[in-house]
Amino acid sequence: MALPQRKTDIGPPHYKQFLPPVIQKNYGDWKYHEIINPGAMVHVANGGDKIWTVRVASPRLLSTVTIREIADIAEKYCGGHLRFTTRNNVEFLVSDEKNLEPLQKELKAKGYMLGGIGPRISNIVHTQGWIHCHSAATDASGLVKVIMDDLADYFTTKETPNKVRLAVACCTNMCGAVHCSDIAVVAIHRKIPVIDHANIKNLCEVPSTIACCPTGAISPDPSKKSIKINADKCMYCGNCFSVCPALPIADPKDDGVAIVVGGKVGSLRSMPKFSKLAIPYIRNNPPRWPEVTAAVRKILEAYIAGANKHERVGEWVDRIGWEKFFKITGFPFTFQHIDDFTIARETFRTSPAFKW
Amino acid sequence: MPKKYDTPLLDELEKGPFPSFVTEIKKAAATNDMAADELGVLEKCYRDNRTHWKHGGIVGVRGYGGGVIGRYSDVPEEFPNVAHFHTVRINSTSGLYYTSEALRTVCDIWDKYGSGLTNFHGSTGDLVLLGTKTDVLEPIFAEFSSRGWDLGGSGSALRTPSCCLGASRCEWSNIDTMEINYAITQEFQDEMHRPAFPYKFKFKTVGCAVDCNAAIARADCSVIGTWKGKIAVDQAAVKEYEKKGMNIKAEIVDLCPTGCISYDGKEFKINDEDCSRCMHCIAKMTKALKATGEKGATILIGSKAPFVVGATLSWVIIPFIKMEPPYTEFFDVIRKMWEWWDEHGKNRERIGELIIRRGMREFLEFIGVPPVPQQVKEPRRDPFWFWTEEDLAK
Repeated sequence: MALPQRKTDIGPPHYKQFLPPVIQKNYGDWKYHEIINPGAMVHVANGGDKIWTVRVASPRLLSTVTIREIADIAEKYCGGHLRFTTRNNVEFLVSDEKNLEPLQKELKAKGYMLGGIGPRISNIVHTQGWIHCHSAATDASGLVKVIMDDLADYFTTKETPNKVRLAVACCTNMCGAVHCSDIAVVAIHRKIPVIDHANIKNLCEVPSTIACCPTGAISPDPSKKSIKINADKCMYCGNCFSVCPALPIADPKDDGVAIVVGGKVGSLRSMPKFSKLAIPYIRNNPPRWPEVTAAVRKILEAYIAGANKHERVGEWVDRIGWEKFFKITGFPFTFQHIDDFTIARETFRTSPAFKW
Repeated sequence: MPKKYDTPLLDELEKGPFPSFVTEIKKAAATNDMAADELGVLEKCYRDNRTHWKHGGIVGVRGYGGGVIGRYSDVPEEFPNVAHFHTVRINSTSGLYYTSEALRTVCDIWDKYGSGLTNFHGSTGDLVLLGTKTDVLEPIFAEFSSRGWDLGGSGSALRTPSCCLGASRCEWSNIDTMEINYAITQEFQDEMHRPAFPYKFKFKTVGCAVDCNAAIARADCSVIGTWKGKIAVDQAAVKEYEKKGMNIKAEIVDLCPTGCISYDGKEFKINDEDCSRCMHCIAKMTKALKATGEKGATILIGSKAPFVVGATLSWVIIPFIKMEPPYTEFFDVIRKMWEWWDEHGKNRERIGELIIRRGMREFLEFIGVPPVPQQVKEPRRDPFWFWTEEDLAK
């Protein structure tokens, strides 16, 4: 069969054709919304029209089999209308209230996990991992699965003091705002790249490889027509491997993950914050990474026990102090916790007022 | 019949309440050779504790310099059906809305040419088609583009812009994020499809400071809706919140970062002049409080993940700009920014890093934006600064 005529530079379809009629009618005219249960909310327009949203978790990686099932469900109850959230949840958009209960019932019967709305855990933003990435130091989808399995109640029912945003990045490239999440897992390397001298000249541009190193650890090695790496300066970020494939850095034995906490992106109450280091290293332990799920749960439970209502993780820690955070969690404080990269001096304590 | 692999490690990830990505791969693997080998190679990754994917090569469609990410297995003999396993990025729609019909169109094309595996969505917001071979890239593009879908961005180019759902279903949005996002995407098609920048450039547009798309943390240009005007108070609705158990003093008044709210049990008062528009009170009492007056956006520049010298959050460049079609003022200033970045940026240097390297003054002067206190948390604390000839003549 002949292929259809290709078009270029047309951009995406205009969104309007995908909006439910009630949204088209009340676009820009919404008055308020209410959370009905952890998996459902209603938005009410100034004129009284309503749209109900039913949210279910998705692993982000979806087969066409499941997408077709989701499409069928949306057709049955939502006039075919649905959307995805930036955190990879599926939202079914219900225009007719009588479809709300049957939709939720069918989703539950089919094994979908309803929830994620309000002050609780939503889905985990994550990266590609071993599914598809050359620089992954761990598998993101696997970590998401085991963490969400462990914390499922906080998605479907239980509340937290404020919303808790989790993220997993499979290397320090961090394709996904891990650096500003309440609790995030980021995979790290701990050894310098292995230089494949034979292939450097075929695969890499030496000057740009040298220039890409944030710590200036790479220099030319003219005798080998290659490069050298100063092991005292290398911080294993892996940027050079992105630029030069002949510098593999993955290490099955020593790669693992770090856990960072206290970031947020909203400006509510306090400024947006970066996540900070809580645990510098946990060995990769697939398929279910029990040490990682235990550590995430420990942080979450300490936050729930200690935070005031509406405090995000970072706001709670700022109030109690990091010294107290380490005391409460029992996580050891190590040399790795003290910054010696580009913004170190901003992080030193310049006051004798602190807690014992 | 696709090959069936033993996957004892991955099988462990089909247990538990959260939907399993392994189950998804298995569903596709029942009928698709590529998905079957993806499952096989992933089990090997779990067994070996390392990735088995190699760097991408340059693959794509005619006339485009991006939109397809080349991906090759490092064990092609063992898993021949994923020897090439390229990703296709489809530019998603504003707000990530779909219809059943649109989803089925995507599935029909992808079942015909690809692995049957997708990401809804990639971190940047693309509809990601996960894994196909080089020789079907042109057919895939013809099938999608003839049905109104185009490729997203990759490489040193404008990346697929994204937004929160804004005015379509949110009472807080100060700007029409979805239309702005669509307009940005259409205005800069060439910058997206033909990489010509020093490095990637991302736009993210959100309707308010709640920032449901993490614009401030992961966009070179963060467009964040805001307003100039009062917060209208519905006193009866405030009382309703109180009646339903909200402690107005503890949950709202005491948490206001500028201390501009008071409540004596009768009247909820906001000193609007001192409000920094952080959104806490509005988000917690959405029935009672509403932003009014002139609406627009704050333009912030510079956020990115840690590579190379550490993560950055975007910082304020233009405190307030009207965001209404045809967005001429906004597009003009963006083009000025790109002109400066093109001129001075090094290979793989993001625009925010360039501003840090060369200084805010040069950047602001070039794009024609005056210095204002809203751009900084505090003035400089060191005693070292430049005087130009022009400054001296003043």
